[in-house]
Amino acid sequence: MAVTRVVMPKLSEQMETGKIIKWLKQEGDRVQSGDILAEVETDKADVEMEAFGTGQLRKILVPAGNAAPVGTLIGVIAEPGEDIASVVGQAGGDAAAPAPKAVAAEMASRPAEVPPQPRREDPAARTPSPSAGPAAPDRPVVAPPPAAPAPRPSTAAPTVGPGPSPGAERVKASPLARKIAAQSGVDLRLVQGSGPGGRVVRRDVEAASATPADRSAASAAPVGAEFEDRPLSQMRAVIARRMPLSKAPVPHFYVSSEIAMDRAWTLREELNGLEGQPKISVNDFVVRACALALLQHPGVNASFQGESIRVFHRAHIGIAVALEDGLITPVLRDADTKSIARIAAEARDLAERARVRKLRVPELSGATFSISNLGMLDVTEFSAIINPPEGAILAVGAVRTVPVVTADGLGVGRRMMVTLSCDHRVMDGAMGARFLQDVKRLLEEPLRLLV
Amino acid sequence: MSVMTYREALNHALREELARDERVFVIGEEVGLYEGAYKVTQGLLKEFGPRRIVDTPIAESGFTGVGIGAAMVGLRPVVEMMTFNFALLALDQIVNSAAKLNYMSGGQFNVPIVIRGPGGPAHQLAAQHSQSMEVYFYHVPGLKVVRPSTPADAKGLLKSAIRDDNPVIFIESETLYNVKGEVPDDADFTIPLGQAAVRREGSDVTVIAYMGMMYRAMEAAEDLAKDGISVEIVDPRTLQPLDSPTILASVRKTHRAVVVEAGAGFAGMGSELSAVITEQAFDDLDAPVERVTGVPAPMPYARNLEKAKTPSKERIVEAVRRVCYANGTGSR
Repeated sequence: MAVTRVVMPKLSEQMETGKIIKWLKQEGDRVQSGDILAEVETDKADVEMEAFGTGQLRKILVPAGNAAPVGTLIGVIAEPGEDIASVVGQAGGDAAAPAPKAVAAEMASRPAEVPPQPRREDPAARTPSPSAGPAAPDRPVVAPPPAAPAPRPSTAAPTVGPGPSPGAERVKASPLARKIAAQSGVDLRLVQGSGPGGRVVRRDVEAASATPADRSAASAAPVGAEFEDRPLSQMRAVIARRMPLSKAPVPHFYVSSEIAMDRAWTLREELNGLEGQPKISVNDFVVRACALALLQHPGVNASFQGESIRVFHRAHIGIAVALEDGLITPVLRDADTKSIARIAAEARDLAERARVRKLRVPELSGATFSISNLGMLDVTEFSAIINPPEGAILAVGAVRTVPVVTADGLGVGRRMMVTLSCDHRVMDGAMGARFLQDVKRLLEEPLRLLV
Repeated sequence: MSVMTYREALNHALREELARDERVFVIGEEVGLYEGAYKVTQGLLKEFGPRRIVDTPIAESGFTGVGIGAAMVGLRPVVEMMTFNFALLALDQIVNSAAKLNYMSGGQFNVPIVIRGPGGPAHQLAAQHSQSMEVYFYHVPGLKVVRPSTPADAKGLLKSAIRDDNPVIFIESETLYNVKGEVPDDADFTIPLGQAAVRREGSDVTVIAYMGMMYRAMEAAEDLAKDGISVEIVDPRTLQPLDSPTILASVRKTHRAVVVEAGAGFAGMGSELSAVITEQAFDDLDAPVERVTGVPAPMPYARNLEKAKTPSKERIVEAVRRVCYANGTGSR
């Protein structure tokens, strides 16, 4: 007996649904435990999904192009001839499934900077016995998905996006959760239940209703209308949800400074003239300068933790990368220990992979400070929103050629505006200003960045 | 206020009511000369004499019938069962006469009788003497059923029971007779029948328990508090009539309920409480009501097995964790 349920894995902390980009195995293919079954698009990256059992991929319940909530049964691996009807029939209506809790516990116990990855597990443990052993840890069934795959799924209309669909199976929810959901307008079908068998309980609805973005409202507008409502992409939905979680509760203040970039500019041109060196951007200088300054000003390299302030001893710099449908902030770890050339190489690699959405999960979280640079878009200066739980973010404008007052009179100089957004719960104006002063000094005397 | 034992509190209640109302009398096995198998009637024979404190033969059906007859003609008997398990011998009198005569006589007779004595699991009293007898009575329309957990309740509720014009089943516990507590001295102190008590305030879960189980729930609540789970404990005190408003108000506040009873669970008090909560507070529940009950088996004599049969603190803790979705993972 080796019926393995293939479920939508939880690949990041924010992940609620995942979209199957494509199945790399088709129904009928042999599958070894550890084989890549499919590619899944999450809110942040495209991730390969491993098989946790060996056998034949007997059933694909969520075809490519469709999304499913975390924990939903999306396929079944079993030996040919084995009866999978009961497993398939349970799709969305399972009982006694401890997995969501297990997932939640796992999430809770992991440090934030290491989001869980799909892991290989003992296939035996992934194989529920027909009597539904309570120990089977992967019987996750959560709130049945919008358009939960029915027992005869291949003909079912594919679902797009996480929106609800009529005729979806009944969501298991506590009566209180239903009441609160009705009062707060939360669509229970979009809530992942943390109770037994994926039961949606009060805390799940409360967590969901704290999220202002009502994704179910994103429906298509009639053709020819004066406007259209575009469904949120996974990434846009996460941004929409997370940014108010920063701007509203985090008391921002802003400190700006103008930095003379003449010497850094010259130095950069010299470095870029060297044979065999990676191209270095102005932003790489800024990353290095911030990393060094952060170690001098640990108060800025800090995170508000409710009862305490966590001060980081390492500088992991999040670098905002603009994408077509949003932005993403891959993390350049230990930037203080890396040379400019190494920073340049890593930053370029991260940005390129961010654009094709091939970042690995650990590269997406754990920053202690972030930098957002809109200089390439000719922005003079701007203010950024802090990416919680970080304590500050630096918004970097373009390097402009401007008239400057020198000792001899009027000259031409290169200037760059930077604005530091700070969490006032963590630091005060003077602390931010002193940090910025050091960043300025490092960039204005850029040889310091090389030693 | 005086600090006294549960036993003394009962004794005070009897003495005060005997003094207050000459229609009141006590009847049962060894209530007079021996001053009660558990000394609840200590000193009463000396104080009130053999007309008011009546020793009987070992004949529960007979002396219960005497009590019912006396009640019908205007007296207020307090019938003592040496242990409430012996009330099984008087079941026909209690169920078919005491409970029904008011109805069957078209209101011509009422039966203001109190039948009292200890019941429930105690210390190695074995299969026949450890039963949670309330289940045999609260099912019967016409009977009121009281289970007082504290000395103050024992006094206040017994006085109300004696003053009540209907038959009242008043079941004490061998394990509580020596429990001490503050008891009002006021001779007019009574606690109305049908009024629950919140023994401990909490916000995460309501535990409903009475008698020894109430004390065990209090211990469980202490343990759970260390894990950040705030338990509210409601003691119904009177099972019939049941103070459902107090119980429901608590559940509507905490959204979760665990019911503890010493007896075997099937069709027990926990079942009734669970049904009341589910019917009347359904939309406020975040988890199914859990019952923690005795194992459905005759009570063993062996101490270790007796312990295993009776709900433990650990089982209460587990049930609370389950309804709080805090089992194992520690996260809520």
